Amino acid sequence: MLLKLVLRNAFRHRLRSLLTVLGMCVAILAFALLRTVIGAWYAGVEASSANRLVIRNSISLVFPLPLSYRDKIRQIDGVKTVSYGNWFGGYYIDRKNFFANFSVDPESYLSLYPEYLLPDNQKTAFYRDRKSCVVGRKLARRFGWKVGDTITLTGTIFPGKWDFVLRGIYQGRDDTVDENQFFLHWDYINETLKKTVPRRADQVGFYVIGIAAPELAAKTAEAIDRTFKNSRAETLTETEKAFQLSFVSMSETILTAIRLVSFVVIVIILVVVANTMVMSVRERAGEYAVFKTLGFGSFYLSGLILGESLLITGLGGALGIVLTFPAAKTFAAAVGNWFPVFKVEALTLYLAVAAALMVGIVAAVIPIWRVASVRVVEGLGRIG
Amino acid sequence: MNKQNSPLVQIKDLNKSYRRGNQIIPVLDNIVLDIDEGDFLALMGPSGSGKSTLLNLIAGLDQVDGGSIKIGGVEITSLSESELAEWRASHVGFIFQFYNLIPVLTALENVELPLLLRGLTRKERREHSALALELVSLQDRMDHYPRQLSGGQQQRVAIARAVVTDPTILVADEPTGDLDRTSAEEVLQLMARLSGDLVKTIIMVTHDPRAAKKARSMRYLDKGVLTDAPEISFTECL
Repeated sequence: MLLKLVLRNAFRHRLRSLLTVLGMCVAILAFALLRTVIGAWYAGVEASSANRLVIRNSISLVFPLPLSYRDKIRQIDGVKTVSYGNWFGGYYIDRKNFFANFSVDPESYLSLYPEYLLPDNQKTAFYRDRKSCVVGRKLARRFGWKVGDTITLTGTIFPGKWDFVLRGIYQGRDDTVDENQFFLHWDYINETLKKTVPRRADQVGFYVIGIAAPELAAKTAEAIDRTFKNSRAETLTETEKAFQLSFVSMSETILTAIRLVSFVVIVIILVVVANTMVMSVRERAGEYAVFKTLGFGSFYLSGLILGESLLITGLGGALGIVLTFPAAKTFAAAVGNWFPVFKVEALTLYLAVAAALMVGIVAAVIPIWRVASVRVVEGLGRIG
Repeated sequence: MNKQNSPLVQIKDLNKSYRRGNQIIPVLDNIVLDIDEGDFLALMGPSGSGKSTLLNLIAGLDQVDGGSIKIGGVEITSLSESELAEWRASHVGFIFQFYNLIPVLTALENVELPLLLRGLTRKERREHSALALELVSLQDRMDHYPRQLSGGQQQRVAIARAVVTDPTILVADEPTGDLDRTSAEEVLQLMARLSGDLVKTIIMVTHDPRAAKKARSMRYLDKGVLTDAPEISFTECL
């Protein structure tokens, strides 16, 4: 019967309770979405492999490295595979059609990224045709591209119109893999540069190397950087994870702000729910005094108040969590090109549940304390 | 526990005062009172005389400043807060002026409430509550919510809630204060029946001489001092 009482008390003021549930729902939805945005920011970091190192110019990623480093890198102990590439920076039809596009050495690059699943025949066709490209499944779906289509990109770093024949569409091995990328032949761009801007030819933006085991990472990276010390272009070698994190750290202030906002949302709803509970309990002070008169101790009364608070926050929280999925889907559709991987993580759901529980418990503390501390005669004196 | 022939309620040298700011206001002054088992006592007196305070102390709702209250052989002034709550749950039935039913519970559920602390099964609780409602002739209103009942009916539900645990004493604070004359008469008759037929010990605080007339004995409180009741004339009852 006490459960029945909790339920009836929770909805005694239907409008107030429904508004509080709605507020809780919106807060949890906002919290989960903001946490998902943060997660999306780190998606590249999460997807990185411990067996891959990235080499770039030690001054900045903007400065290239000579292609001639490739053979020297190959000879360093621990290095298994060497690949390289450049940020191409082209756009499709309109500048707003942003997506990541890289010129790479196809065979070595794809061998380093087994998580890009591409049928063998498409892979072979891509290797054979220098003017070809492969794209991720989501990117192909976004622009309606099919294998065999000719895609024209307008270069920003490498000016001009560039035509590519789509030879393959890759699929991610799991949902952490970015399926919004575009890969083309580094050789194709380099040959053109040799003719048009020879001083920019035979240079790469980065090397990606495969190592035999993750524990060799530090030693190998040190050996690479030592090899090119005091050279024309000194290198900075780091794990792929550290490389991705360096990008994320550029947005660290924004991420901190988003994190802060996600917690502020919870604090605001905590105040709202606490206020609702304080109002409800104040209105029922006489009833709680009657309970005490009948012999119900603070334990029972705390249970009634806590139950009511948890019911309201639980309902709102559950609704918020359920709505997070369609909201995240809509959000992903709207900003998919900025966040190639946008999925609600299990940790986000656990945090949302914990936040709802925490709000329910904390909001009940003051009313419980008040009810427990009021003497029975004082409580009864409020009646009539 | 209660020895044969000794009063059920024994109050000795009871003192109580309230603090208002730096001022101490004496409310009860050396109260001595014995109430026999099965008695129906009316406590009368003007407003602020200390009637409700005395009733609260007897019911274990408030702490004394000094003196002793022994009920059924138990010295309740020495009980802790939680022990008092337990004692109240099994020994005291309460009837309030404004009924104090829980509005979101039906009549049956309101009556069932005190039984939740008795370790009974749901079925047993329902049977006891139904019987108590039958006793106050409200068996056909079990599923009604307080707002669907008249004042008199609500007070009868409150009486059923008070007796459902078969308490040692029933305390009633102005039980007819919020009722019309007919309803008040019904409630008083019911209380008289509880005292007469079921030998319930009832202590009732009232301003109403007509209600006091229904009691078997009467005491008068004035400025915290207990005296025998002055004679109530018939005209006061009108």
